[in-house]
Amino acid sequence: MSQTHTPIHGEEETTSTGLNHRKMLMWAFLGSDCMFFGALIATYLVYQGKSLVGPYPIDVFDIPVTSVSTFVLLMSSMSMVLAYAALTKGNMKVFRIWMASTAIMGATFIGFQIYEFSSFSNHHVHIDCMNQSHELTAYEQELYDSGCKDGVDHIDSDSGLKPKTNLFGTTFYTLTGIHGAHVSLGVIWLLSILLLSFKKGVITPEKNLDVDLAALYWHFVDIVWIVIFTVIYLFGVFPGF
Amino acid sequence: MSTFPISIPRPTNPTGVWNWITTIDHKKIGIMYGITAFILFISGGIEATLMRIQLAGPELDIVSAAIYNQLFTMHGTTMIFLAIMPLGAAFFNFLIPLQIGARDVAFPRLNAFSYWTFLAGALMLKLSWIGGATDAGWFGYAPLTSIDQNPGTGIDFWIISLQILGIASLAAAFNFIVTIINLRAPGMTWMRLPLFTWMSFITAILLVLAFPIITVALIELTLDRYFAFNFFSVANGGSVVLWQHLFWVFGHPEVYILILPAMGIVSEVLPVFSKKPLFGYATVVLAGAIIAFMGWMVWSHHMFTVGLGPVANSVFTITTMLIAVPTGIKVFNWIGTIWGGSIKLNTPMLFSLGFIAMFLIGGLSGVMHAVSAHDAQQQDTYFVPAHIHYVLFGGAIMAIMSGIYYWFPKYSGKMFNEREGKLHFWLMIIGQNLTFFPMHFVGLDGMPRRIYTYAEGMGWDLWNGISTLGVFILIAGFLVMINNLGRHWRNGPIAPADPWDARTLEWSIPSPPPEYNFKEIPIVKALDDWWITKQENPEKVASIDEGSVGYSDGNHGIHMPQASYWPLVVSVGILIAAYGVVFNNFIMPWFLAGIGLIISFIGVYSWSLEPVNDPDESSSH
Repeated sequence: MSQTHTPIHGEEETTSTGLNHRKMLMWAFLGSDCMFFGALIATYLVYQGKSLVGPYPIDVFDIPVTSVSTFVLLMSSMSMVLAYAALTKGNMKVFRIWMASTAIMGATFIGFQIYEFSSFSNHHVHIDCMNQSHELTAYEQELYDSGCKDGVDHIDSDSGLKPKTNLFGTTFYTLTGIHGAHVSLGVIWLLSILLLSFKKGVITPEKNLDVDLAALYWHFVDIVWIVIFTVIYLFGVFPGF
Repeated sequence: MSTFPISIPRPTNPTGVWNWITTIDHKKIGIMYGITAFILFISGGIEATLMRIQLAGPELDIVSAAIYNQLFTMHGTTMIFLAIMPLGAAFFNFLIPLQIGARDVAFPRLNAFSYWTFLAGALMLKLSWIGGATDAGWFGYAPLTSIDQNPGTGIDFWIISLQILGIASLAAAFNFIVTIINLRAPGMTWMRLPLFTWMSFITAILLVLAFPIITVALIELTLDRYFAFNFFSVANGGSVVLWQHLFWVFGHPEVYILILPAMGIVSEVLPVFSKKPLFGYATVVLAGAIIAFMGWMVWSHHMFTVGLGPVANSVFTITTMLIAVPTGIKVFNWIGTIWGGSIKLNTPMLFSLGFIAMFLIGGLSGVMHAVSAHDAQQQDTYFVPAHIHYVLFGGAIMAIMSGIYYWFPKYSGKMFNEREGKLHFWLMIIGQNLTFFPMHFVGLDGMPRRIYTYAEGMGWDLWNGISTLGVFILIAGFLVMINNLGRHWRNGPIAPADPWDARTLEWSIPSPPPEYNFKEIPIVKALDDWWITKQENPEKVASIDEGSVGYSDGNHGIHMPQASYWPLVVSVGILIAAYGVVFNNFIMPWFLAGIGLIISFIGVYSWSLEPVNDPDESSSH
């Protein structure tokens, strides 16, 4: 059997397994990225509860807000699936609509993250020393014990969580920041494909590998967020979860 | 198709230096890897020589303590990341496509990118000697690397260059995984894969899984140094032991990343010069896979004296002793291979046999400090450098030398001088035993590693003197080698296609192979297919050299992927960005880093929009 020329494009390659080169590379990359996030999450867990000073997760996390951003990110995975399905059916217009909405939802998630980071870093504690309106967290109790002395009727404390504040800040911002960087890269990737799809013959129902690969990456980044949301946010606020 | 965002005409048939700079031919990239890594190996050797001269006698004052710290750190980092790993990569590049019957790797441009990025990382690390290199030991334990303890740029250069080398290694590993899975010739089933390719495959998987962990550790260290994060800051509750865990979870698989390719080379050489198939092929493959798997379960044996407690120490003692079993299986298989064979004691064979002997000594001292109680006596003494040098110099480097001689006819197209090759072997085996064996004695005698001098009358003078003497014998050996191979690469006798009567596919094509490797993709019928083909048609060997198979007349309409500038552009962008991270206040904050990132970004876009072959150059479009 003689193969007289090397095939040119990804989609046309004949391979030992029948699987495409680039797709296989993507899977290998995702395997590698698993170890990457695994090491980051492990670092977070090793240092969980080891912060010497507050604020702690329960002080800053706002589960309803993060639930909304999580929902948006998960829905973006669905629109990614719909985009790919529309492309393979040859409906370019619907494909572009779903691609754009995936990118917009990704960008929305990043917007939430920016809001979250800034609200965490500007966290403010007000304690009324005379009558407490709610049950104090461990951190607020520390402030109460050290601050509420005779003649003090309330405490206003700038308790912004910064990366250097404590181990929680260090590990939280590193882990979620790097995840955010992954999402941002994904948004740029999706938008690049959207732009390219206006060029004739680059993205077609048959030449859909570029979209397929971006989708794989996008779903992976979503799955990582599910782990982060569960382990860092939910376990952080509901310790007995 | 016009390239976006900027358009540079594609290199077409460049000549001279540009031919090498824009090449995406796996064989040329392999040779560039090999030569670069060998030069870096020499630089690491010079660092070692300076240390040995300083230690030749008690209380010498040839280098200062500060320089000595930089010497041992740079020596370790250089030899592991810039010498042994890329020397392995040189063989991966040159051999894997040839051994599996492919025309190139799966991603030729990514392959060029790997090389240029490796070169960028190497330059960055070695140039950090200007202005003070890293001095925290090759495993950079916290808090020696903290900004308070170590404010200079040496550590920054070390961190950033290791990150760049990581990018290069990961890109190469992805490429080789896909190549080996996807580009095997028809009939090249997994259990017909040459052993070297098998071990390379396992190594690539280890790289893909282990490198992200050191990446995370280095990111954390970078954040600590640049932005006052608390990862390794004990004052804020951080743990220096976390660095040790992250480093060694990467670091121990890294040991197998260094040694598995060496084992692959030896498993190719021994059968050829014993005229026997490899004894227990399936067992050797399986033992390699088990070593790679178990390599993840032994990392804490580097930390027996940290105080992890008796349970952890016992568990890691047991797993570490267990990993000697698959390694032992390999040694027995190699002995089984040469047993009863018609052995030809030429240069590559001598080096492979030397490998078995030296690696065995290193393995035995390894089992000694696998016992955590025993290790407590050896931790941080010269016994540990003795062990690592028997494993990595006596092991990895000996096997790599075997490979350099064994495949020399294939990559150079010339024959080397056998007598000088043997001389190199004897100088090397004598030199390394003189250098490294006495380290066992002074180590058990209590001489700490990493000290720049020692007092008289400790009983260490004689052995240290012998060690230093051994280094000069090693240097003589390498000079013989450079002279032999350098001279014969230019003017040696022309090598036939199959000078060793070998077994694997790379010997079924001319030396050096044509650009497209195989005119016809071979159809593989068995393990050691070329050997079996020769038994069936003995005239086939002669026909390659006579050219009747027709390899040399034009390229038969075989379209090879075209050369490209973009991999180089991306690597240059990464290098600029990396310098921008170290000198982050040049002109304005993060100025250089931004420039570098923009260049890389343009490079990545243009690369991904550049077709593998230009349509107007290719008749198939």
